[in-house]
Amino acid sequence: MSDSLQRTPLYDLNLELGAKMVPFAGFEMPIQFPAGLMAEHLHTREKAGLFDVSHMGQIRIAAKSGDVKDAAAALETLVPADYVGLAAGRQRYGLLTNEEGGILDDLMVANMGHDLLVVVNAGCKVQDADRIEAALSDRCVVTRQFDRGLMALQGPAAEAALAPLCPAVKDMRFMDVIETELATATGPVKVTVSRSGYTGEDGFEIGCAGADSEKIARAILAQPDVLPIGLGARDSLRLEAGLCLYGNDIDVTTTPVEASLGWAIQKARREGGSRAGGYPGAEVVLKQTRDGVSRRRVGLLAEGRAPVRAGAKLFADAEGQKEIGVVTSGAFGPSVKAPVAMGYVASDHAALDTPVFAELRGKYVPLHVRAMPFVAPGFKR
Amino acid sequence: MTTYYTKSHEWIRVDGEQATVGITTHASEELGELVFVEAKDEGTEVAAGDAAAVVESVKAASDIYAPVAGTLAGFNDALSDDPTLVGRDAEGEGWIFRMTVSNPDDLKGLLTAEQYKSL
Repeated sequence: MSDSLQRTPLYDLNLELGAKMVPFAGFEMPIQFPAGLMAEHLHTREKAGLFDVSHMGQIRIAAKSGDVKDAAAALETLVPADYVGLAAGRQRYGLLTNEEGGILDDLMVANMGHDLLVVVNAGCKVQDADRIEAALSDRCVVTRQFDRGLMALQGPAAEAALAPLCPAVKDMRFMDVIETELATATGPVKVTVSRSGYTGEDGFEIGCAGADSEKIARAILAQPDVLPIGLGARDSLRLEAGLCLYGNDIDVTTTPVEASLGWAIQKARREGGSRAGGYPGAEVVLKQTRDGVSRRRVGLLAEGRAPVRAGAKLFADAEGQKEIGVVTSGAFGPSVKAPVAMGYVASDHAALDTPVFAELRGKYVPLHVRAMPFVAPGFKR
Repeated sequence: MTTYYTKSHEWIRVDGEQATVGITTHASEELGELVFVEAKDEGTEVAAGDAAAVVESVKAASDIYAPVAGTLAGFNDALSDDPTLVGRDAEGEGWIFRMTVSNPDDLKGLLTAEQYKSL
């Protein structure tokens, strides 16, 4: 594999566990382990899976005033979410927008009490940090923590696996964030833990010093019911959960409204809210919210067993006469036991249960617009 | 009956002009569990190297190529109900399609079991 690819702090452990490694966003990442994608996916839904996501970017934003609300207000100039109203110890999803209302990245922001912890996608992390630093450096200190480790423990058995090492997690609800200690073979280490993830299951994301990553991972993998899971299953899990993959389902050519992510813009930032607008592309997003959009992201379920993949053209009719959209993510859903997909369709074909047809090897296979997620969420509210 | 192999990991078992085609155990292990298998319609004429079938794992679709020129002569319908059959017995019950070989001499250009194994 190319020397230019970066390695996460769990690289050696991944190899020891038998991972098949692939290049992803500039990193050598585990696509699957010996159990295989299908088994890894189902194990995560039934028990618990540990994912190495250290390639993602962790960024801290501290206000020079010392008040976290000032950091939150500053970040609101780049992201159309309500972070001023985000309580300490809570996390919230958001979108970095450009001047046209396009999506530069999606991210998770946590109020750590004294500063903000932001987690961004691997492929965007340098440009995101540059953008945040350029816009906020007069008011905030922006620190890139790209050498830190990050792992996700996901599934209904996640709490039972993590609590013996880190008892404080038992009291956490969905989207809570804490700083705590996790017991390893060589003693306790400092971690940040959020009760969130990218699978639709209950679970946690654990940030730590790069050097502590391996012993944390070994301690978690030693718990009953935990298996290492690769990026392949991560993709099919998030697709069944109806979650967007940046670069596939959202990018600079899609707006939050088109992407059906209006829920990521809280009331305070919408028209008539106390801090309406005030982010890049706000005029476009406010106008689209008011007047509607010509296309929308929707969930799609196929009638047959043939998976419909990203890039497949969508038509209103079985003869391929009227093109109405495109699939942006598609795979066989191991838990749904059927092909699952999402994509963009013309708004007049976006209502639930509307039939659409995907071009597949010269044929037109029937699908329906369906509600997402495709699996019931397992979150601990 | 003789079995030949291709560099693209198909096998073809031949009895006169009639042949059965599938993917090798090695290819099946690389692909992981299959979720869908489909061949082109019976009667379709194919040249050597033409996509004659497709196998899909959760993640990706892979074409299965006709090892030699001929006419497709039927699909393994058992795979419609249970595509995982390929993973359990890739070179037996998990065969994918039958074909009539246009020119049996073409088979001489394919790999023997020993040659395939040494790839």
